[in-house]
Amino acid sequence: MTSLNASLLASSAVMPPPALCFEGVAFSHEDKLLLGPCSFTLDGIGPTLVMGPNGAGKSLLLRLAHGLLSPTEGKIAWSGEGRPRQAMVFQQPVLLRRSAVANLIHALAVNNIPRRVRSKLALDALERFGLSACANKPARVLSGGQQQRLALARAWVLSPQVLFLDEPTSALDPAAIKAVEAAVREFHQRGTRIVMTTHDIHQARRLAGDVLFLSGGKVREHTPAEAFFNTPVSPEAQAFVAGELLE
Amino acid sequence: MENNAFYVALSLLVNLDASLFQIVVLSLQVSLLAVLIAAVLGFPLGAAVALWRFPGRGGVIVVLNALMGLPPVVAGLMVYLLLSRAGPLGELGFLFTPGAMVIAQVVLVLPILAALSRQKVEEMLGEYREQFVSLGMSRGRMMPTLLWDARFALLTVLLAGFGRASAEVGAVMMVGGNIDGVTRVMTTAIVLETGKGNLPLALGLGIVLLTLVMLINAGAYWVGERTRRRAG
Amino acid sequence: MKKTLNLVLAGVTAMGLALSAHAEDYITLASTTSTENSGLFGAILPKFEEATGIEVRVVAVGTGQAFELARRGDADSLLVHDTAGEQRFIENGYATERADVMYNDFVLIGPANDPANVRDAKSAAEAFAAIAKAEAPFTSRGDDSGTNRAELRLWENAGVEPDGEWYRELGSGMGPTLNTAAAMDAYVMSDRATWVAFGNRQNLTLLFEGDNVLFNQYGSLLLSEEKHPHLKHDLATQWHNWLISEDGQQAIADFKVNGQQLFFPNAK
Repeated sequence: MTSLNASLLASSAVMPPPALCFEGVAFSHEDKLLLGPCSFTLDGIGPTLVMGPNGAGKSLLLRLAHGLLSPTEGKIAWSGEGRPRQAMVFQQPVLLRRSAVANLIHALAVNNIPRRVRSKLALDALERFGLSACANKPARVLSGGQQQRLALARAWVLSPQVLFLDEPTSALDPAAIKAVEAAVREFHQRGTRIVMTTHDIHQARRLAGDVLFLSGGKVREHTPAEAFFNTPVSPEAQAFVAGELLE
Repeated sequence: MENNAFYVALSLLVNLDASLFQIVVLSLQVSLLAVLIAAVLGFPLGAAVALWRFPGRGGVIVVLNALMGLPPVVAGLMVYLLLSRAGPLGELGFLFTPGAMVIAQVVLVLPILAALSRQKVEEMLGEYREQFVSLGMSRGRMMPTLLWDARFALLTVLLAGFGRASAEVGAVMMVGGNIDGVTRVMTTAIVLETGKGNLPLALGLGIVLLTLVMLINAGAYWVGERTRRRAG
Repeated sequence: MKKTLNLVLAGVTAMGLALSAHAEDYITLASTTSTENSGLFGAILPKFEEATGIEVRVVAVGTGQAFELARRGDADSLLVHDTAGEQRFIENGYATERADVMYNDFVLIGPANDPANVRDAKSAAEAFAAIAKAEAPFTSRGDDSGTNRAELRLWENAGVEPDGEWYRELGSGMGPTLNTAAAMDAYVMSDRATWVAFGNRQNLTLLFEGDNVLFNQYGSLLLSEEKHPHLKHDLATQWHNWLISEDGQQAIADFKVNGQQLFFPNAK
């Protein structure tokens, strides 16, 4: 991972990330093929919404892209200057048993940000995501929506060039969903590439720049949002957009 | 006799018997120091076994778990053979000193702290691992974070270790020699008085020991509860 | 929580330092549990320390273990009651000399109702034979201690090989053996000192005493400088000499429990 430069953090925008290339990538577990083979490229700023019915392999694809898993076949590569700064937000936020602000400071410390700037960066991020009042509260007593925003604030503070989100709002109520989506837009405005999975087609319509559609472990379509929602090409995508249940 | 024993225990405490006080202080010193050393060694060991895969890992876990049941007198015997003049570390002259007793109790407590912390850390890794890798943490870097996050569970583990140390007699008897004024602790004093047939006094000492351990546990619980509320 | 942790750490470190402080002049004396349990050391050691400034640290174990400690060089001096064993120790080169220090005697203890009628025995041999004949419960220390070895010699002396459910070998010290005998209402052979000081008699009472074969001699051993050069030979020699000196012998004679003298000095 490229190191964080303190001066870089002073500026709001992030360097545009290199393209991510999947070539013939497949993932098997215990002789069962779960994903692929698939080939596609993620470039541009997105937001790329990875969609498909449950069990299609969306979470798997995300983890492969972020580097949490290695493909059993094929190659995943970043173009240009190599692996960019990334962050990931999970469906269930993973927070430490400490205060909200301490969670952020921990993330900064782990990434070797100098001690003297940690507090300010953390508090600024909390403010951006509307969590200033919760700064000193134990992170684990916050509501589901607040916790997820805290996870996003933690990602923010690391100035990621790419942000992966795995169904970040599926456990939240509408007000919280709205707040999280607003936060995602903040990242987008900063120049971070968004790659997000969702099974909520309406959420996709609200956020997507382009859509990567999976079903049965294979990539069926990768098209700009408007094209996908209005004129889906593959039969699986057509069924999905029409609201039918897919296997 | 039971009534007698309570009365004896009470009068011991009320009169603040000087030799009893000395025995109590030594008991606490030995067991607390042993638990501290065992924690400094054992918690990182447990976390390391949880974090890294290596050949024979399963065997290490089984051995650690099994050693939780190491009989104190066996531990005492092993440490005695090590520290005896005829043994490899005889030159140190540690035998029949409180230092030897601490060493023997570390041998007893270390497996408990290591095995239970491994269990806890491994459990937590299931929840934390992906996020930690995402944040860019190396496994070494994960260790202190996991141990600190597990601190409430680990406090209970520490109390289990302390309970084991303060309750045992076989090891400290063997390597300490139960020398009056030098290596006599609560448990060895109880054995001595029982051997003399002074059962009320022995039981009274036992009650004092239990009261002490109870107070320590209560204190730990109080500290734990107060900070748990602050940390969520 | 961090603050508490730091406090505990500081406190325990201080403890650690305190623990490592060593006393000035001291010797380690390996002796037997029966001697320790009688309270003799509590009475005579302060007198020795006052006279010489040397602290005597008593490690009280079974006779077998006491010899083993001395053999391994873990004790500076030895005071036990197994003359034959002491002589073997010298023969094997671990000690250079021994001296008679004091004696006490063994007594036969048993339940007040005395099923084997030990009270009427004319000699120790008769008493032991009576117990075997009646197959009355008898608890033996069974721990290869001086007392145990003496007990086995007495069975031999009585022409009996003790065996059977009535003969219970416990592998314990004198005190614990008496505790068990009290609980079992069994016969037991004890040294007088431990019996006099023993607090849990229940139904037990003294039934037979006085036969010469019940005589129990204590010896002090001067350990070999050659085998274990690191030992504190000078200090140990001072202790050994004091024991057999007029002052030491008088201190032993002065020790009484319930008005009874338990040990009889007989240094030559």
